[in-house]
Amino acid sequence: MTTAALTPAEWAALDDVADFDEAIAAFDPVLGLEVHVELGTATKMFCSCATTFGAEPNTQVCPVCLALPGAMPVVNGTGVEYAIRIGLALNCSIAPWCRFARKNYFYPDMPKNFQTSQYDEPIAFDGYLDVPVGDEIVRVEIERAHMEEDTGKSTHIGGATGRIHGAEFSLLDYNRAGVPLVEIVSKPIVGTKASAPEVARAYVATLQDLMRSLGVSDVRMDQGSMRCDVNLSLTPAGSPVFGTRTETKNVNSLRSVERAVRFEICRQASVLTAGGKIRQETRHFDELTGTTAPGRVKETAEDYRYFPEPDLVPVAPSAEWVEQIRAALPELPWVRRERLQREWGFTDLEMRDLTNARGVELVAQTVAAGAGPGDARSWWMSYLAQQANSAGVELSELAITPAQVAAVISMVSSGSLTAALARKVVDGVLAGEGEPAEVVEKRGLAVVSDDSALQAAIDEALAAQPDVADKIRAGKVQAIGAIVGAVMKATRGQADAAKVRELTLKTLS
Amino acid sequence: MSLNEDLTRLSATDLAAAIHTGEASAVEVAAAHLDRIATVDGAVHAFLHVDREGALAQAAAVDAARAAGNPPASPLAGVPLALKDIVVQKGVPTTAASKILEGWIPPYDATITTKLKQSGIVILGKTNLDEFAMGSSTENSAYGPTGNPWDLTRIPGGSGGGSAAALAAFEAPLAIGTDTGGSIRQPAAVTGAVGAKPTYGGVSRYGLIALASSLDQAGPCARTVLDAALLHEAIAGHDPRDSTSIPEPVPAVVQAVRRGQGDGIKGMRIGVVTQLGGEGYQPGVLDSFRAAVAQLADLGAEIVEVSCPHFQYALAAYYLIQPSECSSNLARFDAMRYGLRVGDDGNHSAEEVMVATRGAGFGAEAKRRIMLGTYALSAGYYDAYYGSAQKVRTLIKRDFEAAFGAAHVLISPTTPVTAFKIGEKVDDPMAMYLNDLATIPASLAGIPAMSVPSGLAADTSLPAGLQIMAPALGEQAMYRVAGAYEQARNAAAGFTLLDRVAEVPTVAGR
Ligand SMILES: [Zn+2]
Repeated sequence: MTTAALTPAEWAALDDVADFDEAIAAFDPVLGLEVHVELGTATKMFCSCATTFGAEPNTQVCPVCLALPGAMPVVNGTGVEYAIRIGLALNCSIAPWCRFARKNYFYPDMPKNFQTSQYDEPIAFDGYLDVPVGDEIVRVEIERAHMEEDTGKSTHIGGATGRIHGAEFSLLDYNRAGVPLVEIVSKPIVGTKASAPEVARAYVATLQDLMRSLGVSDVRMDQGSMRCDVNLSLTPAGSPVFGTRTETKNVNSLRSVERAVRFEICRQASVLTAGGKIRQETRHFDELTGTTAPGRVKETAEDYRYFPEPDLVPVAPSAEWVEQIRAALPELPWVRRERLQREWGFTDLEMRDLTNARGVELVAQTVAAGAGPGDARSWWMSYLAQQANSAGVELSELAITPAQVAAVISMVSSGSLTAALARKVVDGVLAGEGEPAEVVEKRGLAVVSDDSALQAAIDEALAAQPDVADKIRAGKVQAIGAIVGAVMKATRGQADAAKVRELTLKTLS
Repeated sequence: MSLNEDLTRLSATDLAAAIHTGEASAVEVAAAHLDRIATVDGAVHAFLHVDREGALAQAAAVDAARAAGNPPASPLAGVPLALKDIVVQKGVPTTAASKILEGWIPPYDATITTKLKQSGIVILGKTNLDEFAMGSSTENSAYGPTGNPWDLTRIPGGSGGGSAAALAAFEAPLAIGTDTGGSIRQPAAVTGAVGAKPTYGGVSRYGLIALASSLDQAGPCARTVLDAALLHEAIAGHDPRDSTSIPEPVPAVVQAVRRGQGDGIKGMRIGVVTQLGGEGYQPGVLDSFRAAVAQLADLGAEIVEVSCPHFQYALAAYYLIQPSECSSNLARFDAMRYGLRVGDDGNHSAEEVMVATRGAGFGAEAKRRIMLGTYALSAGYYDAYYGSAQKVRTLIKRDFEAAFGAAHVLISPTTPVTAFKIGEKVDDPMAMYLNDLATIPASLAGIPAMSVPSGLAADTSLPAGLQIMAPALGEQAMYRVAGAYEQARNAAAGFTLLDRVAEVPTVAGR
């Protein structure tokens, strides 16, 4: 289960670090996860600019988010509401009074050279999230969820690496500057041992499902609307004292979360085993190699000089408002899963596997498009799961929609496709050949249901194997397999075997 | 005296009357002031930029509206004004008197600017100040100092020295100032003008280049209390773009002035703050203040003495809070999006360009405060400095609350000394900071406070100011006392203070 996501090539990259099992035998990993969720509000956190992803650079900017002299922020009420929604869904307490704070540091893509964030007065704090991991539930304690704003984006042109060093010049796009974020900070997660990578992944996956169901974000890790920083330290097995931790950034997919945790466990274990010390540092995850590397070493510790943002008044959500938001919360994913399991009649095991494979919503959508729950589950969990696994992607990342899967299922049940043909149709859809009907058309995959064509093939097969025909006539009906096989071969598998059998018997009667 | 010079000598109230009755056109009035600026500003240097074309176009629009039979857009429609160059105005260079913003043309209007335009007030140009409003003499301007029209070798106060000097030199009848620790009141006091700092949040800060966000407040400057009140009503009011602006109706300060001038102030209790006087105050300033107290008593006010024991810590607290916020507010000047850019030659990283630009673009005082503030906010020092200063701030507010329990308004000298010589204190920041001793408590408490001329200090023959402070949103009491006092002082002296200002030598300006 835990290792399924790593390809052999990725494992090879781990060769120069400690063996995972040995690392876990000697050390207990302590995890901490900081997840940034970009809120899906129509406008930015402190101005009324649009937040559309992928717009022409610097077209969604104004004096406020460009930090022009004199401009002042105004809090986006929807952003606060979303943050409260998140806090409530994470079982947090909601602060009746809290403030924004300025986090001061210089960075070219941060217009004010301070980030408007929250410091010691977060909007939500002290919660938890129950995370399904394998057949267990791991409770992850939430320290806080606070509101802040995103930065702009730098693009470094020239130079080999696309990073700032060696670049000839940099381009700055401030469209993202000021987009609302909620940062969800877990408390240290201890006692996970060998399942640490899996727990980290499952936690982020569960958060992702939760954010989607809350309607607060599209949580696209590939587009940066959900970002994860992984804190990890090792402590000698059984020791209550935490070791020095590293913070790994640039972890941009669920699979990367798992890989980053695993790699850091192995790397830190090898350093510690060799008598070395872990440096408290920021590391960057490399998607290609599956390894982490230290970021630029700073001579001095970062001092953000936090202080309450004097340009904004405190945020004081009334108890009534918080209760209204609580009452209006959508059905949370785990509640929804229980309901769907009942409706679909799945066993606990079936539902758990489906959940672990992140297929619940896909099945739900497939069912909504007209398929039976059993068929939908079986498609997503067997053939499509195999395709996803061999491509190294999530089920949801496959190039097929639930509606398309439902269409294939419907063709099978109407008899116009056999199971084998249906898989070929799915292959065609995955290969980008169009809708299922188009694939059937283009690849000529429809079941041969034209009786005259079938009859011709049957007559030919009977003529070629007169001994078999005699046996059948004599009542040895099981001999019919040879005829059916020959017909299937002649029609390149596009015949319905039952139909062939029926027509053959009719011919000989 | 030409007709033009007559127009520049009129109050805003009288100019408005002349324009609204058709005795003078707004264009004539604007032209008279622009000509005056052209004649004398070479000597005074009140303006950093004169927007002749824009001003005449605005004035022409006022005249056209009148010709079309429309009522005046506001009581001040057609009256010219000098705008402190820390308030952004679309399409007009705005520098905050810093090299780091040289050449920047704002693409938007501050809310104040919008309100001025909507009121038909004609913006003549942008006035000089200490860089980013840090200073008490306007000597910290990157574009050279402004002279005090009473004696051009002396400072006009600061940071709003340009706005105050423009009034005293009859270059404009109205001006906008901004006050963080006294930058409206202190220049008004040392130039013989009127300047009011409204309640914090009374006037929008949107488009006002921030020095210290929790202290900054824009306000009106004029030659008379009534003019200041009219301008106050034009610029005040809730602004959804400034979260710290107060969602309350604008206090009826014009009515309050008229009430002070008509009904007087009989029965009002006026508190003299023990801590704002005595040691460190120039004898002539204290004499002028005592005369003002006597005059207020003659008007029937009950004079009480109040003690505000924590005011002694005000200056120290101010010089932690203000630089702290300033260090953060000035971080945005980094060469990335606007203003000066130094070292962008293909061989330097963005970070190096930021460092080089800030090194070249900020003046000494800006650097001093950025360093002070950065230090005060640092981990390990925050509680001792910024944290303690905030506690002092709370104690000062409580002192005020107690004092306002005993008096409707509080008074003090506005400044400890009259205008000093340009260059006299530039090497002694502490001596410079002491100029704001009496104005800082009201800034820290966010309450309204204004300065009204209290005559010439006998020892220097230079203007002194009476500071009147009122509880938050208590502008009406403040203006009522100011109106009554101004009328009584003028009547007793037989002249308006600014009638006695020396004629400025003719040195062509911009
Ligand atoms: Zn914006």
